[in-house]
Amino acid sequence: MTTIFRFATAGSVDDGKSTLVGRLLHDSKAILADQLEQVERTSADRGFGQGAIDFALLTDGLRAEREQGITIDVAYRYFSTGRRSFILADCPGHVQYTRNMVTGATTADAVVLLIDARNGVLEQTRRHLSVVRLLRVPNVIVAVNKIDLIGFDEGAYREVERATAELVEGLGLPPAHIIPVSALEGDNVVERSERTPWYEGPALLELLESLPTVDEAESELDPFRLSVQLVLRPQGGLSHTVENPDEFVDYRAAAGRIASGTVRVGDRVTVFPGGATTTVTGIDAGPVALEEAIAPQSVALRLADDIDTARGAVIVAEGTLPTPRREIDAELFWLDRRGVREGARVLVKAGTTTVQARLDRIHGRRDLDTLELVPATALEINDIGEANIRLAGELALDDYARQRRAGAFLVIDPQDGATLAAGIVVTRDPAVATQQVGLYAGANI
Amino acid sequence: MTTTQTQTTGALGGAPAGGARELDALDVLEAESIHIIREVVAEFERPVLLFSGGKDSVVVLHLAAKAFWPGKVPFPVLHVDTGHNFPEVIRFRDETVEKFGLKLEVASVQDYIDDGRLRERADGTRNPLQTQPLLDAIAAGRHDAVFGGARRDEDKARAKERILSLRDEFGQWDPRNQRPELWELYNGRHTPGQHVRAFPISNWTELDVWRYIEREGIDLPPLYYAHERDVYRRDGMWRAVSPVSEPRDDEAVERRTVRYRTVGDMSCTGAVESDAADVTAVVVEVAASTLTERGATRADDRISEAAMEDRKKDGYF
Repeated sequence: MTTIFRFATAGSVDDGKSTLVGRLLHDSKAILADQLEQVERTSADRGFGQGAIDFALLTDGLRAEREQGITIDVAYRYFSTGRRSFILADCPGHVQYTRNMVTGATTADAVVLLIDARNGVLEQTRRHLSVVRLLRVPNVIVAVNKIDLIGFDEGAYREVERATAELVEGLGLPPAHIIPVSALEGDNVVERSERTPWYEGPALLELLESLPTVDEAESELDPFRLSVQLVLRPQGGLSHTVENPDEFVDYRAAAGRIASGTVRVGDRVTVFPGGATTTVTGIDAGPVALEEAIAPQSVALRLADDIDTARGAVIVAEGTLPTPRREIDAELFWLDRRGVREGARVLVKAGTTTVQARLDRIHGRRDLDTLELVPATALEINDIGEANIRLAGELALDDYARQRRAGAFLVIDPQDGATLAAGIVVTRDPAVATQQVGLYAGANI
Repeated sequence: MTTTQTQTTGALGGAPAGGARELDALDVLEAESIHIIREVVAEFERPVLLFSGGKDSVVVLHLAAKAFWPGKVPFPVLHVDTGHNFPEVIRFRDETVEKFGLKLEVASVQDYIDDGRLRERADGTRNPLQTQPLLDAIAAGRHDAVFGGARRDEDKARAKERILSLRDEFGQWDPRNQRPELWELYNGRHTPGQHVRAFPISNWTELDVWRYIEREGIDLPPLYYAHERDVYRRDGMWRAVSPVSEPRDDEAVERRTVRYRTVGDMSCTGAVESDAADVTAVVVEVAASTLTERGATRADDRISEAAMEDRKKDGYF
């Protein structure tokens, strides 16, 4: 049985990220003959030596990218081994790197960050790690690339390793997995290299095959939570697969994807809004009735009582409903060219609800070298800052640190519908904030 | 990571009943796709599914049937008919529409050629001609969301496509100005005239699709499985002999055992030699294949490295 593992790759310009991704795809046999042939042809046109391949060409998808030798936007790649199917979000490092990094990292089980062994930790490394820290990606891998160019020298590698570990710890991240690799020559990418005998850890792919997913590390352990997408009530006619239409005259179920935890038939659940409590009488996955379901399954819940569970409702394990809020403190990752000032009117989309909102106060902008808040009343593209947001209606949000999918939201332009920012709910109380770092570390085995 | 199942009614497939089990890759992909389909139906007024009878659109329809069970699929299907169809695929399309109780909308490329709105291309392929009838059909049906079965593993341009992809009034895709896609929160807001393309199986690979077809027992047009056919060799592919794809004098017609990996316009879709006569054999074959499905069977995508990108920008699916 194979499971899914999602990871994002990030790095600075020229650190060989495209080459690493190409190498991973090639060595795990995800590149098929016709794709390779096309790349070989273009490599030859570009003046690569005989038989040599520009692995970067495997990932640069668009014409402008091939012409300019750059990557414009996050690209998704797929490969699998006997143990896992991988979904790789390849995040370009040069333009709008915060925006791309945020896009790749929000769904990632792991981030693979590249460092050039010759340059060590750069400003951008620090910034990428800051985003990883704030978005709580559960696994961090740092690939120290171009180890061949420093002659597989242990001393030089240890120096980069030490600086990286120090930075990671300073940011409050769980310990990173640090690997010496040569993407160009394949050392420690798929198989352990004999040229780094002083390195005793796993190769990159081995690590990717064994790390826990977000759901394994966090969501399954959290209390049950589901945002209702819509209510299934077959008014427009029954599915051709239904054999006894009479059984479904009064069918009614709340459909949604389990954000966290486990639900069983017979469980007591609390429904927001209203706070009423009822019992789960059935869990349907299409025509299959389940006794139990877990995150991230899509299901339809039948409930004992006739409670309003329209789109936007949230169903949670009894007694675990977060206090509904009309005002939140949030970390905002500003992604739109148009910046924002205090007082801006926006839409907030969280779970399956969209409400009007106003950015009442911007507490400040993060200095990405120290993660400290610097006073600011506006946020520009690629800024990360903290703000106080007033909502037009109550939402059952939780702290992102406690439950990812319960504390994440989009900030949307009410006029043209553009996604302006990624937001996560935070608590400004310093005591709780410290505790969150502990939780984050604790969630990572 | 376990779930327990008590019963199945089988008609829409599903993993076997009883016993505890873990979620495997297909379970997670299915959950994601159903979530996307439900989001689009909840947030849009008039969604439609592009349905060609090809395996990817058949899988999306199957997922939609599961998403809304015990109700029927709450949107119509739209077929962009190039007029160069495999007859068995059209038969399959009509049977499926009938079985699921769906409304079928057809955008006919032939009609456009007949009345002069489109001109036949010199190379005879009609894939690039689908864009205008598609956009007109979307406008005529006032569809604000259009489901498609495209997957990101199909092509380098599609690897950059979003799950919900905004299109302007000309149906254009602007790859340099896409909305960031964050967590599982899909932003489908659009202004009048714009519409959204939704790709629920973006994250599936060809092999995932076949494994799912096997697991769920999904019916497909018979030409996906090995059969004998009169074919001739062109551009390194086996082409079917038909009124729209006649062999030239120097192309010898042979009787071969073939199957199709993709089902498109007859004039530009090639077959592969194969003995895979059932779904299990196809899964084995696809897992061992050294060619991509488009590289092996689509003449139109061989024209240039950017063929798909150019068609997508112009509003193709």
